Amino acid sequence: MSRYYNKFKIFKDEAFKYFGLFCTFFGLLMLAIFIGNILHNGFARLSWDFIKNYPSRVAENAGIISALMGTIWIMVMTALIAIPIGIGAAIYLEMYAKKSWFGRIVELNIANLAGVPSIIYGLLGLEIFGYQMKLGGSILTGALTLGLLILPIIIVATREAVKAVPKSLSEASYALGASKWQTVRMTVLPAASSGIITGIIIALSRAIGEAAPLIVVGALAYVPFVPNSPTSDFTVLPIQIFNWVSRPQKAFLINASAGIIILLCFVFLMNAIAVYLRIKKRVKY
Amino acid sequence: MKNTLSHFLISCFALFLAACGSNPNDNNNADGKLSGEIKIDGSSTVYPISEAVAEEFKKFQGDVRVTVGLSGTGGGFKKFGRGETDINNASRPIKQEEIDLCNQNNIHYTDVQIAFDGLSVVVNPQNDWCNNITVAELKKIWEPEAQGKIKKWNQIRPEWPNTEIHLYGAGTESGTYDYFTEVIVGKSHSSRGDYTASEDDNVLVQGVSTDKNALGFFGFAYYEENQDKLKLVPVDDQKDDNGTGAILPSIETVKNKTYTPLSRPLFIYVNSKAVERKEVQEFIHFYIDHAGQLSKEVGFIPMTDAEYETQRARWNEFIKTHQQ
Repeated sequence: MSRYYNKFKIFKDEAFKYFGLFCTFFGLLMLAIFIGNILHNGFARLSWDFIKNYPSRVAENAGIISALMGTIWIMVMTALIAIPIGIGAAIYLEMYAKKSWFGRIVELNIANLAGVPSIIYGLLGLEIFGYQMKLGGSILTGALTLGLLILPIIIVATREAVKAVPKSLSEASYALGASKWQTVRMTVLPAASSGIITGIIIALSRAIGEAAPLIVVGALAYVPFVPNSPTSDFTVLPIQIFNWVSRPQKAFLINASAGIIILLCFVFLMNAIAVYLRIKKRVKY
Repeated sequence: MKNTLSHFLISCFALFLAACGSNPNDNNNADGKLSGEIKIDGSSTVYPISEAVAEEFKKFQGDVRVTVGLSGTGGGFKKFGRGETDINNASRPIKQEEIDLCNQNNIHYTDVQIAFDGLSVVVNPQNDWCNNITVAELKKIWEPEAQGKIKKWNQIRPEWPNTEIHLYGAGTESGTYDYFTEVIVGKSHSSRGDYTASEDDNVLVQGVSTDKNALGFFGFAYYEENQDKLKLVPVDDQKDDNGTGAILPSIETVKNKTYTPLSRPLFIYVNSKAVERKEVQEFIHFYIDHAGQLSKEVGFIPMTDAEYETQRARWNEFIKTHQQ
């Protein structure tokens, strides 16, 4: 009898292993099919002209320069807005705030904010930044909106990273007579930096793919110039891709694939930076 | 961390500088050169035409920055009615509530008709029964009362098979939806809700081309580009004064107005305040001059020369009344 049970246990163990393997490969396979398809459709279309041309009704002449520059502007501005606020808020909540009912409500709400659909942030951004602050459909409005969108992600990731720093480190710092601010600046933040950076990159990787909230706040689709200030009108790669995907002519679908490749390069590059920094900054206790 | 942070900020700044590409913005008005900015927003259907005109206009007046957005006809009219845009692309005429918004904000405007689109009714190529359809039958399929009731092909015409009918159509936020419901159901923005809706016509093409029991409608250009995957259904409006029997959409039948009621006019609306600006006047003239050729290039159906002349005359009249 017991041998039977043992065999059954081993079988269950094996079965679960293969189930886990299947799950892993399922995700990877889908990603491979998707990327393979995109590369197959769009790789031949990639060229210097594609990058430096403005949009055009003739698919073969169309390019992404205004969308690419719009994306870079938006990403840099979003990072400048969201990173300091996000890290600041997280450190306050983790290091300074008292554990009270108020703190718990704030905590709960930040977690909730991370789940709000992006289009809602678009509507909020349109009303507050677009109309109330009269920034219109500018890069600044877009960046502030995306900044709000990724703020919860940065706050949550930073708090987790700060939480993971061993108590003994900060206590050692206090023991040496350091103030709280000195401890945060010289002990906690450096020790938590790899986690924080990972969180920031994940957050920015989400922001770079957003089209819906930016369309709502007034991002355009045809922009025949490179934006030159935070108050410029703009478009971004996801909007350009969305626009091309919905065109009837097949040639625009090829352009869309090529645009997706560029966008993916950005995301991969950001992730590569995150991985590199994580390895370089890894601290062993 | 300090090091990383400063690295990060430095690289941000470098990107920033890279993004600040120089853009010659000299407001040189010598030798007929115009400058300024023209803001267009609105319908995603009309977008390709406005994009094409803006692209050509740039070759002609390089210092005038023409931007085009994709907010949809309704979303665009909201901005237009607040005076945020100069021109609104529209795939249907302006609605009363949008007129009210314009009046509230003291905005006068005119419409300029620029091209036609033939809304095409399509089925799957394997569908061998549906070879024509009447407007009355389309109404029976799409009206709100049909929801949950008209589910089989033989409920529409008894000789059609006893199989399910799957419907594909424009999303309710689009001008295409408003126009289709207006002429088929008889009331704008009113239809059954249990159909596959998408703002992206390529999704509808995909759906109809892979579903034997499908029936859908979308712009003519999407049929033209996917002829091998779709079957076009001729539509009979049961009125003999504009062509007898069921008629297929084509450049000819849309142009000579026999493909009714599903051929629809496309418009741009122009704010009267914008008219005071020389570059806007010039742009609209350029638009009317080239709309025929360019709309055809991007998949729409041009109007006749005489119709473009009528639009030009109306535009000139509008300039005269609104220019001090």
